[in-house]
Amino acid sequence: MNCKDPFPGIKGLIFDEPLIFNRSESGRNGCSVPDDDLVDFTYSIPDTFLLRDDIPGMPEVCELDMVRHYTRLSQWNYSVDLGMYPLGSCTMKYNPKVNEEIASLDGFAQLHPHTPIHLSQGALQVMYDLARYLTEISGLSAVTLQPSAGAQGELAGMLIIKSFHVNNGDSQRVNVLIPDSAHGTNPASCVLAGLKAVEIKSGPDGRLDPEAIVPYLNESLAGIMMTNPNTLGIFETHADKVADMIHGAGGLVYMDGANLNALMGIVKPADLGVDVQHINLHKTFSTPHGGGGPGSGPVAVSEKLKPFLPIPIIEFDGERYMYQWDRPLSIGRLHGFMGNFAVMLRAYAYIRALGPDGIRSVSEAAILNANYIKEKLRPYYNLPYNDICKHECVLNDEYQAKNSITTMDIAKRLMDYGFHPPTVYFPLIVHGAIMIEPTESESRRNLDQFINAMIRIAQEAEENPDLLKSAPHLPKLTRLDETLAARKLILRWTPDA
Amino acid sequence: MSLPDDYRFTRDHEWVSVDGDIATIGITAHAAEQLGDVVFVELPSVGTSFEKGDVFSVVESVKAAVDCYMPVSGEVTEINETLESAYEIMNEDPQGQGWIVRIRMTDTTEIDQLMTAKAYADYLSTVE
Repeated sequence: MNCKDPFPGIKGLIFDEPLIFNRSESGRNGCSVPDDDLVDFTYSIPDTFLLRDDIPGMPEVCELDMVRHYTRLSQWNYSVDLGMYPLGSCTMKYNPKVNEEIASLDGFAQLHPHTPIHLSQGALQVMYDLARYLTEISGLSAVTLQPSAGAQGELAGMLIIKSFHVNNGDSQRVNVLIPDSAHGTNPASCVLAGLKAVEIKSGPDGRLDPEAIVPYLNESLAGIMMTNPNTLGIFETHADKVADMIHGAGGLVYMDGANLNALMGIVKPADLGVDVQHINLHKTFSTPHGGGGPGSGPVAVSEKLKPFLPIPIIEFDGERYMYQWDRPLSIGRLHGFMGNFAVMLRAYAYIRALGPDGIRSVSEAAILNANYIKEKLRPYYNLPYNDICKHECVLNDEYQAKNSITTMDIAKRLMDYGFHPPTVYFPLIVHGAIMIEPTESESRRNLDQFINAMIRIAQEAEENPDLLKSAPHLPKLTRLDETLAARKLILRWTPDA
Repeated sequence: MSLPDDYRFTRDHEWVSVDGDIATIGITAHAAEQLGDVVFVELPSVGTSFEKGDVFSVVESVKAAVDCYMPVSGEVTEINETLESAYEIMNEDPQGQGWIVRIRMTDTTEIDQLMTAKAYADYLSTVE
């Protein structure tokens, strides 16, 4: 393949930077405070033990030092604004800057969450309309926007399923079937909600085999948690049959919506028999994420589960938007206020900008891009499940094993070429998994550049394996000792360290 | 990789070494190699009873966290406290010093249901 562009990963001027504490000079500060002229004023603080003369270790720096410190740190970051970020399962798509503008509008950004509802009708309308759009995309009946992230959405979904069974007098229904390809959060959310996770082995084609769930179709069944497309990036073709079987046995179907970027505008999860699903606004609906937040994990439910949604819900009487609290079967509150509102604003802007046709083309382009990468790379990397993939593809290091090159070496070397590495060693059912999710954001030119880098790495693995084993060579820091980092955690700076 | 003849093995890559009604349990060299460097081991408390197939420990490496399943039923009589700080012994000597728990078996005939060293070696050749 022709390489139109040079690889972006070349060494530039990278500043070193100490900890801010080590920049400290006694007495230095960022602004001049006038002398205290309140000579006659008497302080009255009863608990004098609360007072202290100084704060140990607080850095004392001037404004310029501080600006340089954080600017330099920011230059060590990698983000989707700098380059391709094909981190499978994380949907690191580009976040349009217009969404930032909208979320920064004073009317939204300065709004206090305790503002009375007659003065915050615009904000309520955004939440009401966003919930409506998500209802349309999922095909389900109602949506709560409260959960602050995907895993909290999963917990909400599990609590709703549990409440539904308890309310029907079926509190013995505790088993939740979870395929072995599931996201690690699925069993955790299930257990946190007081239910029991039952692992189901995937079939030889990487899909859930309906036969595998037959032994669990009994009075103890609470439901199933499915990710569709699954973590291999493969569509669960038996999803509707599985849903019928689960429903027939009195269970409910939960869909982990983390991979909605492959379905939206094409398949409505409700049409596959889904009763509850969470939606990751921060992934599918393009809001900045990574490094722990902020997220937003709305939950969509079918009609019969509506009474169990968290309180309050937002209602509209044709003139005014208002909170509705009188819902005795609700699982309660999940958030101090209504959720991560600024994330919702960005998702709202994204959906409005794309419209129904645009939403569909997002999924189509995401699927096309992943299949393009898969087909171009399969002569060089082993493809454990040979199938049309959805929005991501999973390769592994089997062809490179003869030169003792592992997935970790390949991922590290990719940094030298200027790309964020893909997700590695997940899903667990693939040995040495390399999970690539390009998203719809990347052009063919960008994809070719990434593919070329991967092909070069496959060639290096044959010709010069040591180059990979010691990679990366160009970043500020080279190969890190991950074992030492995990075994000897340093969680915070201390003054005497 | 050497597999001691007097050990028994599971499909989930645990090993068992028996002395009377006391069984010492750990993960196999194959499992340790697949996991990579171990960075944390969650140990059960002495006195806890487990049924065969129960999760009794979680081993976390730089690559993954995996559950360990009881090959036989019994009550924990001893845990390998060295694993609370020196995780590396699980990689260096998984089938010896890197043992995880000792249990008093409730049914010593359960041992007979486990794989012999030869059967486990054959099983490994099918999964590799």
